[in-house]
Amino acid sequence: MTVTDDRPSAVLGTRLLRREDPALLTGEAKYTNDLDLPGALHLAVLRSPYAHARIVSVDLSAAQASPGVVAVYSGADLAGEWASPMPSAWAVTADMKNPAHYPLASSKVCYVGDGVACVLATSDVAARDALELIDVRYEPLPAVVDLEDALSDRVVIHDELSTNSSYTWDLKIEGTEGQVEQAFADAAFTVKERYVQQRLIPMAMEPRAVAAVPQPFGGDMVLYSATQIPHILKVMTALTLGIPEHQMRVIAPSVGGGFGSKLDVYAEELLCVALARKHRVPVRWNEERGEGTVATTHGRGQIQHVELAADADGKLTAVRIRLLADMGGYQQLITAGIPILGAFLYAGVYDLPQAYDFSCTGVYTTLTPTDAYRGAGRPEATYAIERAMDALADQMGIDPMDLRKRNFIRKEQFPYTAFTGLVYDSGDHLAAAEMAAEMADYDGTRARQKAQNVPGAKKLLGIGQASYFEMCGLAPSRVLASLNYSAGGWEAATVRILPTNKVQVVTGTAPHGQGHETAWSMIVADKLGIAPGDVDVLHSDTALAPLGLDTYGSRSLPVGGVAIAIACDKVIDKAKKIAAHQLEANEDDLDFTGGAFTVKGSPDRTMPLAAIAFEAFTAHNLPDGLEPNLEAQVTYDPPNFSWPFGTHICTVEVDTETGQVDVLQYVAVDDCGVQVNPLIVEGQVHGGVIQGLAQALYEEAAYDTDGNLKNASLAEYLVPAASDVPPITLGHTVTPSPTNQLGVKGIGEAGTIGAAPAVINAVVDALSGLGVTDVPMPASPHNVWKAIQAATNNSQGASK
Amino acid sequence: MIPAAFDYVRAGSAAEAISLIGQHGDEAKFLAGGHSLLPLMKLRLAAPSVLVDIGRVSDLSYIKDAGDHIAIGALTRHMDVETSAVLQEHVPLLAHAAGHVGDPQVRHRGTIGGSIAHADPASDLPATTLALGATYIAQGPNGTREIAAADFYQGFLESALAADEMLTEIRVPKMQGAGWSFQKFNRRAQDWAIVGVAAWRRNGDSGVALVNMGSTPILATSVSGALAQGASVSDAAQLAAEEAEPQSDLNASPEYRVHLAKVLVRRALEAASA
Ligand SMILES: Cc1cc2nc3c(=O)[nH]c(=O)nc-3n(C[C@H](O)[C@H](O)[C@H](O)COP(=O)(O)OP(=O)(O)OC[C@H]3O[C@@H](n4cnc5c(N)ncnc54)[C@H](O)[C@@H]3O)c2cc1C
Repeated sequence: MTVTDDRPSAVLGTRLLRREDPALLTGEAKYTNDLDLPGALHLAVLRSPYAHARIVSVDLSAAQASPGVVAVYSGADLAGEWASPMPSAWAVTADMKNPAHYPLASSKVCYVGDGVACVLATSDVAARDALELIDVRYEPLPAVVDLEDALSDRVVIHDELSTNSSYTWDLKIEGTEGQVEQAFADAAFTVKERYVQQRLIPMAMEPRAVAAVPQPFGGDMVLYSATQIPHILKVMTALTLGIPEHQMRVIAPSVGGGFGSKLDVYAEELLCVALARKHRVPVRWNEERGEGTVATTHGRGQIQHVELAADADGKLTAVRIRLLADMGGYQQLITAGIPILGAFLYAGVYDLPQAYDFSCTGVYTTLTPTDAYRGAGRPEATYAIERAMDALADQMGIDPMDLRKRNFIRKEQFPYTAFTGLVYDSGDHLAAAEMAAEMADYDGTRARQKAQNVPGAKKLLGIGQASYFEMCGLAPSRVLASLNYSAGGWEAATVRILPTNKVQVVTGTAPHGQGHETAWSMIVADKLGIAPGDVDVLHSDTALAPLGLDTYGSRSLPVGGVAIAIACDKVIDKAKKIAAHQLEANEDDLDFTGGAFTVKGSPDRTMPLAAIAFEAFTAHNLPDGLEPNLEAQVTYDPPNFSWPFGTHICTVEVDTETGQVDVLQYVAVDDCGVQVNPLIVEGQVHGGVIQGLAQALYEEAAYDTDGNLKNASLAEYLVPAASDVPPITLGHTVTPSPTNQLGVKGIGEAGTIGAAPAVINAVVDALSGLGVTDVPMPASPHNVWKAIQAATNNSQGASK
Repeated sequence: MIPAAFDYVRAGSAAEAISLIGQHGDEAKFLAGGHSLLPLMKLRLAAPSVLVDIGRVSDLSYIKDAGDHIAIGALTRHMDVETSAVLQEHVPLLAHAAGHVGDPQVRHRGTIGGSIAHADPASDLPATTLALGATYIAQGPNGTREIAAADFYQGFLESALAADEMLTEIRVPKMQGAGWSFQKFNRRAQDWAIVGVAAWRRNGDSGVALVNMGSTPILATSVSGALAQGASVSDAAQLAAEEAEPQSDLNASPEYRVHLAKVLVRRALEAASA
């Protein structure tokens, strides 16, 4: 199925420059915070300095008297505004414990950053100055920072739950009882590893921003927000505030990145709407960077126990996974479901018999809530299996590449029904791995490594690999039902040909950096035989695009893009009826190519779409019973997930004296099926790889034992800059997805999924001669140095 | 990230700046490049009520050959120090170190005087000028005085400057062909050093100073002493942290800092001896 032609047509597959970029690069793009809203009041939120404390009293009087202040509220003051607690859309188990969570706390705070009071003032500065005058008395309680400590219930955070465990979700395959235990008993090799997925701070370039604007009379409300999910936000805001849904409109102006952190319904969004409703004036809020480090959701935060069983040839025979997942102080929109999104991927790209035992326990801590972060559950899963595969290869004394090749699902096994019952659409892991190996000069590097990594060498070479499967294109609605998710996974599209043959596309996807306007215009241009520049893409406004399920989980192209293609087909079908009528031909005798209908065999009997568009508009001469205008609306529910895959190979040199890791080369071979625009694909992979590399080497939300975030600024939370990024060499194979007409799969998260395990495998590979078997993330110089010290002390201890 | 309210006055000359500071008392501060002061003010860790902007006192931006030393005006930007042909010839260690301060934006705004007056042990130029045996010129209401770099740094962000004194000039002895090396160990290119070393060596003489190894920049006198007595580079480097009192932070424990100092001093001296 692998095809070599990655330029399926004249438009699709070309490197068209992104139409979004001129406005973004020149600063002309309008973000939420750029909106001019005369008379708007500014909201500022007072945040708890304690990770865990009872609120004894809140004195607002001094703040109320501060210049420019219009109103000050405590959590208790606003209790009457909420029709329900903040939404949590994913009760992963029927008995999941989920405490009621309100936009402002009134009796207890559960993390540093938890909102306790708010100020409305005539300027942002006046509002923030007044925060300092609010006097809150707290009774501090012990913080719960460590996941295993949380599980012990030494300190119970939510009294009403009487435990910190929220849920335990198991994936057991019916009819295979005892098989896992048997496989472990029979195994020639087993590995048992423990990995920590440190918490990460998403750090979108644009911090969050909100503006709620009440409309004159009647109670309509427009909510502007830097969000990835205008549609979901509309429903959730309406429900939480008791506003009739048809009176809520949500607009996401230009949005500067999200990485999952803007896939949420936040306290500040609800507060702005509630206070705009109460005061009948626009209310706006914008997040400061430091504030965002505690007030916006974090990603990852898991402890993973991974066990693999293999036969004498290294063929995997069973996988057992136990996860502890950090919910943080409360659940946000889909907090509980994030680790479950990875549940199906802990066997990676390998041909595993039905011997899989997965269990995840979600626990509360007194830290910022976690939620989706680029890859959401799937990078964690890939990390665990790919690190454990290296551990297995090490134990067997074989090359990790060789071990992977013995276990890959083979090309001819696709479509492949996995042990979970999920069907992997298409793939060729061996081809991707071999291509990556060749690009990285895998064998040559191994030879150089042998020469370089001699006893006493101060600079050690390491090479690491990760092969991944990404489950994306979220999602078939029925599968989501089986996971207890409270929405579907479809996407909507409208394609409308205007009288002058220009096209409007209305999409339910909500781009925030991905380039949908460019990509969707290419799909339409290809379908209709027009120029991409003649296509306008409307999105991210629930009045213009009322139907949609937004952008996350690498879903926009394989679900939303496919919906657009289908809508184009419908429009063409209708146009064909008009063409047949006017050309006095049979519909079946018409070809549609190059933007024109032509009677087969009679090239002179032809009618361009432009002419049909105008005929459809004037409606002077349409077939009987046909409605005027060319427009089609489609809601597409994907029949399956899509399964992009690939292999990443990273080469590092580790300075054993300082612990510094230098990435010498990074090769990523990704297969996202058919590429609509390779330029956008490459951009997504570059960004994703850097984000994965950041987890591997730089980033970690570091807390002290009192639950204070120690690196709450960009000076201390180390997002790598351009100067820190190694050369990244990209390759791709193209294995179309057979489940959609475009053959597309999705690419938004792939880079992040492959990078962290490839980098850490390389670091551990470099140090393996010293006896190092694992290095925690981030593999900072200090952490690497400590791992070397520990291994060296161990081996000295052993030799004594 | 919004500073507390403050008043702002701009000085046209050093004398005017000193008199303005005198008028406004303890609550006033000089503003040079603003790249240390403004971040502190935004975090509300500093809240001066008046800023006396000396950023446009242009006659204090110069690099002059003064015979046995190079005289650098306090308001000279890092970028000008980095690219100065005079410094590259006579004090290459300082020009090189200036090229490692922050990122290009920082180097275009920040001044050598501001960096030294701020007395941040994690900054590059205080330690570098300390290693080079520089002399700083301070001007106050009663005239000017010279302060040896070795006497200048008194505590964390504390210098020998009186509140109404302005640093006007930095005098750095010519290196006379000494071997040198600047080792900056950090995680991202733009960051402050986790540990840094500025070192030069000429026959038996040497100067070694450490960045971020205590509450002030540290002169590693034990290392120079050992070298003067003929110790090998690697033996001398073992004494790197003798004068240091390294702190713990997110990037390093004290133990790791001491280890890094020894490694980096050894590397610096090896490079300076080559
Ligand atoms: C992102 C970033 C990264 C940085 N990275 C580094 C780095 O890697 N290495 C490094 O060394 N530095 C770094 N810096 C700091 C930078 O070098 C500053 O420019 C420098 O430390 C201060 O110089 P300034 O002119 O900006 O001083 P200002 O911020 O204006 O002033 C600093 C202090 O000195 C006082 N002051 C200033 N000039 C005088 C004077 N002539 N006489 C008396 N008092 C005076 C001020 O009152 C204030 O208290 C970084 C800064 C930023 C923002």
